[in-house]
Amino acid sequence: MDYNFHWRPVFRKLDQLIAAGWVTMEVAVLAMLVGIVLGLLLALMKMSNSRSLRWVAVGWIEIARNTPALLQLFFFGFGLGAFGIHLSPFLIVLFGLSFNNAGYLAETFRGGFSAVPHTQLRAARSLGMTATQTYLRIVIPQVFRIVYHPMTNQLVWSVLMSSLGMLVGFRELSGETQFLAFKTFRIFEYFLITAIIYYVIVKIILGLSWLIGRRLFRY
Amino acid sequence: MDNSATQVISFFTAFRLADLWYLGQAAINTIIISVLAISIGSFFGVIFGWILAEFNRYLTVLLNLILDVFRSIPLIIQLILFYNFFPIIGLPLKPFTAGTIVLTIYTSSLVAQVARSGIQATPVPTRRAGRSLGMTYFQDLRYVVFPIGLRAMLPAWTGVALGVLKDSALVSVLGFVELLRASQILVTRTQEPFIILTIVGAFYFMLSYPIARITDRLEKRWQND
Amino acid sequence: MIEIKNLKKSFGELEVLKGIDLTVAQGEVISIIGASGSGKSTMLYCINGLEDIQGGQILVDGVDMHARDTDLNKMRQKIGMVFQQYNAFPHLTTMENVALAPRIVLGKSREEARDIAARQLQHVGLGDKLDVYPSKMSGGQQQRLAIARALAMEPSYMLFDEVTSALDPELVGEVLDTMQLLSEEGMTMLVVTHEIGFARDVSDRVAYIHEGRVEEIGPPSQVIAEPQSERTKQFLANVR
Repeated sequence: MDYNFHWRPVFRKLDQLIAAGWVTMEVAVLAMLVGIVLGLLLALMKMSNSRSLRWVAVGWIEIARNTPALLQLFFFGFGLGAFGIHLSPFLIVLFGLSFNNAGYLAETFRGGFSAVPHTQLRAARSLGMTATQTYLRIVIPQVFRIVYHPMTNQLVWSVLMSSLGMLVGFRELSGETQFLAFKTFRIFEYFLITAIIYYVIVKIILGLSWLIGRRLFRY
Repeated sequence: MDNSATQVISFFTAFRLADLWYLGQAAINTIIISVLAISIGSFFGVIFGWILAEFNRYLTVLLNLILDVFRSIPLIIQLILFYNFFPIIGLPLKPFTAGTIVLTIYTSSLVAQVARSGIQATPVPTRRAGRSLGMTYFQDLRYVVFPIGLRAMLPAWTGVALGVLKDSALVSVLGFVELLRASQILVTRTQEPFIILTIVGAFYFMLSYPIARITDRLEKRWQND
Repeated sequence: MIEIKNLKKSFGELEVLKGIDLTVAQGEVISIIGASGSGKSTMLYCINGLEDIQGGQILVDGVDMHARDTDLNKMRQKIGMVFQQYNAFPHLTTMENVALAPRIVLGKSREEARDIAARQLQHVGLGDKLDVYPSKMSGGQQQRLAIARALAMEPSYMLFDEVTSALDPELVGEVLDTMQLLSEEGMTMLVVTHEIGFARDVSDRVAYIHEGRVEEIGPPSQVIAEPQSERTKQFLANVR
């Protein structure tokens, strides 16, 4: 083996990589938040009585879940570009990931709603609670408990998928790594460090989520 | 701003029949990579899952830790690392091979999780019933655990398989002319990104959606037994 | 007073209640017995509007429960219901379970609601379980929690839908004892049950429902000890 590992250049740039790691977290968390709001909307639309609302929701959900995430990013990048709309790489990743998250989360929420036994609703209504009170106080807290774990997984997924940003020019962790690595040709070393950073980020998210879960769900 | 008429005309001159053939070949490559990764990955994944479900603590924890690494790093990074690692030890790999190997390992780590919960889906009392009838361990696995586990596993496994199908798009990153890469090349040449992306999207959709629907239906039917 | 006049209820094509007539006077305890599927539980759900009706009328204190302009939420405050599956709210402690409705439906202050809850929980024998989550309690305890929760609304009527059917045998007694206590305190109760012993010892009247109609109704000494109708005799013979 006549390859010399050069780690020092990588460690000199470590702070830049970690800063890029924060960018990854930001875009992933933002995409999650937007995805949750849109996902809830889509879930409600899909469960509604209006046929057109249902169709829109189903269309979005099925496209998001049955096509590659990268393709969805490309749509927001090159696809919109064909119509003269040029988004910044950050927005391409944000919109693309949000679109994708919304689709998956909508199904997660729908599953959560149907998992709450309708006998809970009966009990609440028989006490004289209005429909609003029932949903806010009884159904939604239980749905939240059910979807908490899948949502954590979706967040992890968002972080991993944000790495696709490097293919549309976004300088999150992967993009930054690619930029630095191709300048110095230390491709393997740079990407190995980045791989470790991703692993740590994912473990931290999972750990925090588990801790928060234990506090929230004492029952 | 182009008006739509001009766009349509330029679509037909730039996008030739040969391009469709080009996309078609790339589509076949996508399917080949996916099929290889899914089948080999599932095979190993089931074995890993069995180990995770049935063996002692130390081995399980170690195996899980290793497999977990492949689930906690973006696929793109894995592909790049892998592809750049082999030249270092003097074994340059073709993009196709490297991509398929990485995808296979990735798949097996996902399937291992699915398989483990599939095996654990059979309650211990049920398995004890089988063993007390005189079945050997492997007969128990084959006649009791497997049928029950298969039903429990199918939706999750399908999810993994379809995910791999979509992730095969990333192998294009390694330069392997796969469907998405082919579409990128075409887009650059024809300057018709929207149309091409739509066709490519439709291709993935037509592969993925029916399989997802069928699995849903099977799952519902099986719930009634 | 609850008046049920010629109540008819169908689920799609299937007619479950074929004309029920029943009047429940203040302070009465009426047990409803009958085979599964005879429509007993459905009748209860029709009374507090959880199910709609296809014919007849249900008047609670003179108000038609199924009239278009009836405020169901308001009427339900008067009618407490306890279900077979307890339906404790899993994400709330015992105290919170019972105090919730008085607070958000009746508009009581937090302290008032807590007092009411503590009192009712004491009443059913759960005074020491205020901060425990339902998942940590036995079925019998959860059912008594459900009873306390319904009582906290200070209803005029209590409906019981086979509340002991899902319980392990040794837990049934504590729930029946609680119900007997309520009856002795003068609560108006409509109890759908399989517990013939309870029906015999605690009720003022027993109604036997057969295929959607009231086959026989009268004091336990008649309906249970010396049934008039053949069908009633048949049912009781199978049950004993």
